[in-house]
Amino acid sequence: MQKINNEIIKPDHRVIFDIVETGSGVLDLGCGGGELLNLLVREKKVKAQGIELREKAIYECVEKGLSVFHGDIEGGLGEYPDDSFDYVILNQSMQETRKIELVLRESLRVGRKVIVGFPNFAYIRSRFSLFLKGRAPVTPSLPYKWYESPNVHFLSIKDFKGYCKEKGINIIKTYYLGSKGIIRCLPNLLALNAIFVLCK
Amino acid sequence: MKNTVEIVETKYFNFAGSPDGMMLESGEKLGPITIAYETYGRLNEDRDNAVMVLHALSGDAHAAGFHKGEKNPGWWNDMIGPGKAFDTEKYFIICSNIIGGCMGSTGPSSLNEKTGRPYGLDFPHITISDMVNAQKYLLDYLGIKKLLSVAGGSMGGMQVLQWVSSYPERILSAIPMATALKHSPQQIALNEVGRQAVMSDPDWRDGNYYGSGQPERGLALARMIGHITYMSDESMENKFSRKLKNGGYNFSFKPEFEVEGYLHHRGDSFVKRFDANSYLYITKALDYFDLSSTDKFLPAGRKIDTRFLVIAFKSDWLYPSYQSREIVRMLKARRLDVTYCEINSTYGHDAFLLEFAEEARLVSHFLNRVYNNAKNK
Repeated sequence: MQKINNEIIKPDHRVIFDIVETGSGVLDLGCGGGELLNLLVREKKVKAQGIELREKAIYECVEKGLSVFHGDIEGGLGEYPDDSFDYVILNQSMQETRKIELVLRESLRVGRKVIVGFPNFAYIRSRFSLFLKGRAPVTPSLPYKWYESPNVHFLSIKDFKGYCKEKGINIIKTYYLGSKGIIRCLPNLLALNAIFVLCK
Repeated sequence: MKNTVEIVETKYFNFAGSPDGMMLESGEKLGPITIAYETYGRLNEDRDNAVMVLHALSGDAHAAGFHKGEKNPGWWNDMIGPGKAFDTEKYFIICSNIIGGCMGSTGPSSLNEKTGRPYGLDFPHITISDMVNAQKYLLDYLGIKKLLSVAGGSMGGMQVLQWVSSYPERILSAIPMATALKHSPQQIALNEVGRQAVMSDPDWRDGNYYGSGQPERGLALARMIGHITYMSDESMENKFSRKLKNGGYNFSFKPEFEVEGYLHHRGDSFVKRFDANSYLYITKALDYFDLSSTDKFLPAGRKIDTRFLVIAFKSDWLYPSYQSREIVRMLKARRLDVTYCEINSTYGHDAFLLEFAEEARLVSHFLNRVYNNAKNK
């Protein structure tokens, strides 16, 4: 387990934490209860703003002293001027938004860099589940049964790389997370989660 | 432990005496002016823990605690008090009444020095900006340079937005609730129906009714319409459904549904405490309000570092949440620090006076952050 000042940090949060420079301006899309933003504010003095759809999570953010906008990601992005933030974070929320193209385009507009974290649908156990068992996969990064998943898009690391190429989005850096930490080989097969740093 | 502000008294601040008066947005002058206000908690030595709370159309300076001998506390007692969202052990809360009203501040029912009679329609038209200018005089008088926050719902929220527009350097944060940057045609229309109800009552006498009694039927009707707009379809269903006062139909035109009885009761009690001309002047001030252009609200080149907490309520159809999001949109475009929450309430517009659990959660933490940031500077 990763710790910062004795606080246990999720592995994906740790990767993003290390990417973001001290004092940056950060917009977290689908920030939930604000765990990651709070960490960034506390330890890296970032200027933080969140967007979150669930009302309960808004209260949690405000209790942490965060600034947060209650609404959906698509509607919340449009109003910011270009390059308003150093980083726009889309961690585990991209696959839940319907209009991915709009969200990514807008994120790249309002942020200088965009950090996207998503579960890898081509993870080896997902493949087994589909291929051998003939069942929709349930994995640590895709923990939902087919009928309760908030995800509306299912993609692999290869899919997302292909998408970025097609749309002319630059990939600055990639990080792959397996069940025991960073993955360096065969990420599309072995990674549970991927984190991409993108720019225009 | 006590959890309410105890006995409080309304105070009065007099200014703008003759010959100067206060210049109004209309170009006319008003003076002398009295402003009614109340305070709760203590102003600290640095005079930097003050929060101004602003009320809605029919509200008054009595926001918390009890007046001597009264059973009902002030209108926002759930939010203001020791340990509450506006914590009187920490903050110094000022609730200021508005000019044009009839709750102790100068308005159309006040005596006109020039004639020795109540102003009536000789009272000049006032705007939200005039109300805020008068409150600024009060703040100067109290010796407070900067407010930690200004907060209010509905028309109180408009005053909050006007504070941002007029005196951003005087406020560290702003909490507009259930409000709008401008009155929409629907809102103007509803106000005009209310005003016509007052003015078509023969007892109105072109505003010169102070010797003969006010236009009670017209004003009560205006208030009945108002109360419909403060509730939601769902809250009316929950509160009244189709319940009958006597259990069955009377086949008459007397109020027999509970909702009818409620509206009559609200109308009747309103005329006992509110001046009809004030109702006309204040609703007109609401209709004149328009800060929807950036030039007016957040002029370019002006330094604004106010933090915002914007709150809307889902079932509020009088000040729908899109109007609050419009405020947020302009703040975001200016890259200002803003938190926005649409509270899931069924109470309609009245929610800002009723959903205090959620409201308090947001306000207390927001204020706490503003307070700590100010202290650490």
